[in-house]
Amino acid sequence: MSYLEYTVKSVPTGPRKVLYLNWPLILLLSAVAGVGFMMLYSVAGGGFSPWAEPQIKRFVMGLGLMMVVALIPIWFWRSISSGAYLGTILLLVLVEVMGSVGMGAQRWIDLGFMRLQPSELMKITLVMALAAYYDWLSPDRVSRPLWVLLPVLAILLPTALVLRQPDLGTSLLLIMGGAMVMFMAGVHWGYFAAVTTLGVGLITAVFQSRGTTWQLLKDYQYRRIDTFLDPASDPLGAGYHITQSKIALGSGGWTGRGFMQGTQSRLNFLPEKHTDFIFTTLAEEFGFLGGISLLGLYALIIVFSITAALVNRDRFSSLLILGIAATFFLFFAVNMSMVMGLAPVVGVPLPLVSYGGSAMLVLMVAFGLIQSAHVHRPR
Amino acid sequence: MKRPKVDSSEFQAKVSRRALLLGGVQLGFMGLLGLRMRQLQVEQADQYRLLAEENRINIRLIPPARGEIFDRNGITLARNQPSYRINIVREDAGDIDDVVHRLSSLVTLEDEDITRALAEMKRSAPFLPVTFADHVSWEEVSRVAVNAPALPGVTPEVGLSRQYPMGKDFAHVVGYVGPVSDYDLSKIENPDPLLRIPRFQIGKVGIEAKHEAELRGSAGTKRVEVNSVGRVMRELDRQEGLQGQDLQLTIDQKLQSYIQARLGEESAAAIVMDCQNGDLLAVCSAPTFDPNQFVTGISVANYQELTDNKYRPLAAKSVQGTYPPGSTFKMITALAALEDGLISSEDTVWCPGHLEVSDRKFHCWKRAGHGHMNLNKALRESCDVYFYELALELGIDRISAMSEKLGLGHRHDLPLSGIASGLNPTREWKEQVRGQNWVPGDTVNVSIGQGFVLASPLQLAVMTARLASGKSLDPRVVKSVNGVETPRVDAPSLGLNENNLRQVRRAMFDVSNNRRGTAYGSRIIDDAARLAGKTGTSQVRNITAAERAAGVTRNEDLPWERRDHALFVNFAPMEDPKIAVAVVVEHGGGGSKAAAPIARDITLQALFDGDPPLEAYPSRDRRKIKEQQDRLRVLMPDRDGNRGDART
Repeated sequence: MSYLEYTVKSVPTGPRKVLYLNWPLILLLSAVAGVGFMMLYSVAGGGFSPWAEPQIKRFVMGLGLMMVVALIPIWFWRSISSGAYLGTILLLVLVEVMGSVGMGAQRWIDLGFMRLQPSELMKITLVMALAAYYDWLSPDRVSRPLWVLLPVLAILLPTALVLRQPDLGTSLLLIMGGAMVMFMAGVHWGYFAAVTTLGVGLITAVFQSRGTTWQLLKDYQYRRIDTFLDPASDPLGAGYHITQSKIALGSGGWTGRGFMQGTQSRLNFLPEKHTDFIFTTLAEEFGFLGGISLLGLYALIIVFSITAALVNRDRFSSLLILGIAATFFLFFAVNMSMVMGLAPVVGVPLPLVSYGGSAMLVLMVAFGLIQSAHVHRPR
Repeated sequence: MKRPKVDSSEFQAKVSRRALLLGGVQLGFMGLLGLRMRQLQVEQADQYRLLAEENRINIRLIPPARGEIFDRNGITLARNQPSYRINIVREDAGDIDDVVHRLSSLVTLEDEDITRALAEMKRSAPFLPVTFADHVSWEEVSRVAVNAPALPGVTPEVGLSRQYPMGKDFAHVVGYVGPVSDYDLSKIENPDPLLRIPRFQIGKVGIEAKHEAELRGSAGTKRVEVNSVGRVMRELDRQEGLQGQDLQLTIDQKLQSYIQARLGEESAAAIVMDCQNGDLLAVCSAPTFDPNQFVTGISVANYQELTDNKYRPLAAKSVQGTYPPGSTFKMITALAALEDGLISSEDTVWCPGHLEVSDRKFHCWKRAGHGHMNLNKALRESCDVYFYELALELGIDRISAMSEKLGLGHRHDLPLSGIASGLNPTREWKEQVRGQNWVPGDTVNVSIGQGFVLASPLQLAVMTARLASGKSLDPRVVKSVNGVETPRVDAPSLGLNENNLRQVRRAMFDVSNNRRGTAYGSRIIDDAARLAGKTGTSQVRNITAAERAAGVTRNEDLPWERRDHALFVNFAPMEDPKIAVAVVVEHGGGGSKAAAPIARDITLQALFDGDPPLEAYPSRDRRKIKEQQDRLRVLMPDRDGNRGDART
C-alpha cells in the first residue's frame, strides 16, 4: 500500500500526533541513554564532567530533534530521501578533499556546536534512499539484475568513500545495513549467496595481498585482525584492547563490583573507556546481570521496531523502520562482539551509550523517522 | 512520479516474512552475545578477576627500621636517624632546568648527581619522584621548605639512615652499612625483595654484616591500587613489617673509647676480656676510621687515603692481625712442661746466652746469659735458653697440644669480620703445607713464640683469660639479641693441675711486681688491682750474623716495618682475676717499653671503670699519667658521642 491509496484524513494531525507516537520505544531509548549517562558518570570517577553532562545535553537535544522529525509527515522524508543520500555523498567527498588538503585523517565537519561525521549520517540516508528505491520499484522487478545492481552501487559508493577515510567499522556497517534492507525488500536469495561466496573470496584476497604492493588494507588493520585471532600473543601491544576488555568484563562476575567500584576502567587500564569500550565498564560494575539487562533493552528496541514495521502497511515506512532497526542492531552487535573478543576492534560505538555527538544525534533522527512513519502510517 | 499498481498484499507478506526471519536472526545473535557474556562473566569470572587484581594492585615494600646496637650499659652504638633527601617530580616541576638551577642555590648539588638524576628522570614516569640530593642537612631542608613556592615539584623526603654516634671507636666491631651492591646480590641465593629497594642499606662488615638477619627485620607490605601507567591511586591496606632486632654487645663503650684514644694513631690492637665469663669488654684496633662516611658514601680521595695508609686503618687488627706471640707464648711451654712432670718449679737450667741445636746457634735475648734459671725467674726475666731446653725435651707435640688447649690456632666464633685462625704448628701441618719434616730447631723457635706460631690479639687475650681462670673460656661479643640473653654454658675446666697454673700465675705476677721482672716499670701499686702479665717482643726478621757482628740491633735504628712487634698480656687483679688484657703494638719495639704501659693503663681503666686514682701508679709515673689522663679525656666521646668542646 502506498500513501496515495489511503486517505490522509485518517492520519492524526496537529499536536494530537504526540499521542500517537510509539511511546514504549521512546522510553526504551531513554532507558538505554540513561544507562549511558550512568556509565559516563562512573568512568569520569564520579563526575558529570567531562562526559556525562555533554552527553545528557546532547540526548535532550536529540530527543527534541526526534520529536521534530517525528511530527513531520513521513511522505516529506520519503520525498527528500534521494536528495539526502546525494547530499551525504557530497559531504563525504568534501571531508575527503579537506582531509587531503592538509588536515590529516579528518572525518568530520565542524558545525560549531558539534562535529558532524558524514559517515554517521550516511548510515541513515543510505537506508532512506534504499527504502525509497524499493518503494518506487515495482515488486516484480526487485530481483532483476539491473535493478539489483543499482542499489548495490548506491551502497558501494559511500562504502568506498568511508573506507578511504579509513573507517573499516562504518564501511562494514554500511554494507551489512544496505544488504539487510535489500534482503527485506525481497531480493532473491541467490544474490546473497553469490555475494557471500564473493566475500569469502575477497577475505582470502585480503589476506593473500598482505605484504604485497597491492595490499588491500592498512597495516594497522591487518594487525587488528591478527590480534583478534590471537589476542594473547601481544597483551601489552596490539592485543591490549581486547585482553584488557575481557579482563574487565570477566572480573565483573554475576553481579559486578557495584556502581563506581569498577577498577579496570576507572584506573585507565581500558582504552577508550568512555567511547567504544564503555560496555566493559557496565559489565564490570554491574556484572552479567547488568550486561544482560542492557542487551535486553536493545532486544526490546529491536522487537518494538520490527513490530512497528510489521503493522505499517506503507512499503517505504516498513522498509525504513526495518533498515534503521537493522543498522541499530549492527551497531550494538558489532560493538559487543568486539569488546567480548568475538570480532576485531573496528571502532564502532555502543549506540546511545558511548560518548559521542554525531552518532547520538544521527540515531535520534533515525528514531524520529521511525516515529514519523509510525504516526503517519496508513490506518 | 507515476506510481504503478502493485499487488501490495503479496509484497507486504514477503517483507513481513523476511523481516521476521531477519529479526529472528538478530535475536538469535543477541542470544549468542548473552551466552558469550555468561561464559566470560560467570564461567571464567574467577580467572579474569584474578587477572584484574594483578592489573590494579601493586605490592609495595615498607622497609623495616633496622635494629639498633647498644653497648653493655645501654649506650647507643648504632642508631637510625632521619635522613633527608630532595626529590623532584617532573610533572609538577615545569621547567626542570630552571628548578634545578634555583635548587642548587639553596642546596649543594653535585654536578655528577644532577646528571644522574636527570637521566633517571628521562627514563621514569613523570609522576615518580627522582632523588637529586641525598643525606641533606636539616638546615638545607628548611631552606627548601621555606622557598617551596619558587620550587614547584621539589619535595623533601624523610628516610632512615644509619648513624654511629661513637664514630671511629667502634668501626672495627660494629662495622657499617652501605647500599646494596650488585656484588652483594650476586652472593645471595634468593635475595630478600627488600634488597632491591633503591638505597636500601645492609651490613657490610662487622656485627652489622654478621647479624644482618636479626638487624634487618622483615619488610612490611602495603597494597596500593595503581592505574595502567603505575601511578598510585590509593593505598588499600598495609601490613606492618617486623622491626629489626636490637643487639646489646658485651663491649663497654667507655673502656673501648678510652683504649682507642690511648692507642691513638699507633698501629696497635688491644683486647679486654672478662676472665670470669669470656665477655669481650673492648676490642680495639688503631688507627681507625669513621664508619659514618661509608654510610653516606665515602669519596674516592678519602678512601684512597685509608687504603694508602701504611698503618692499615681499615684492618681490624685485634681479630684479623696475626703476630708471632714472642715471649707471651712462654707460659704455654712452661705449663706443658709442668703438666708433663718434666720439671718442677725448682729445677734450674744454666743460661749462657745461647744454645746450640743441631749446629745452629739459638740466642737468648740477653747476650751475656741469665745464669741459673728456675721457672719463676725464667718467666719474669723472659730467659729464652730455659725454654729452648724445655722444648728440646718436650717436643712439638706436647707444646702444640697445650697451645691448642689455650686456644691458639683456633678460630673463635665471633660475629666479626675476617677473624683469623692464627697458626698453631704441628708436625702434620709442616709436612702438609711445607712438605718438610719437623726438626728440633722448629720446636726451639716455637717454644719462645717465634718461628711458625702466629696468634691474633684476640687469641692472646683468650689464652690469658684461660690461664687466669683455669677454665676453657670462649669469647662472646653479643650479650643479647632483642633483650634475650645469648645462651651460654659454664666454661668447662681446662683440666690442668691448679698447682701448676698457680706457679705460672705467680711468675706472671713477678713479671710486673718483682724488681727484676721485665715489666716492673709498668707495675700497679694498688693492692686491689695488681696485675700479672708477660711481655713479648717478636721479631719480624731474621737477624743476620753480619748484623749481629755489626751490632745493629737497636729497634730505633731500623725502618718502622722492620722493627719488632711489642706485645703484652696480663690479667688482674692477681687474686680473683676479673679481666684479661692483650696488647699488640705493631713494630713498637720492646714489649716492656711499648706494650706494657698501655696494658697497665687499660687494666686500671677497666678495674676502676674510669680514670683510676693516681695512687695506683708508682709515684714517679704520676705526673706523666695525670697529663695523659687530661689529654685523653678530651679525646673521648660522652654518652651521646660528642667529643671535645661539644661534650656535655
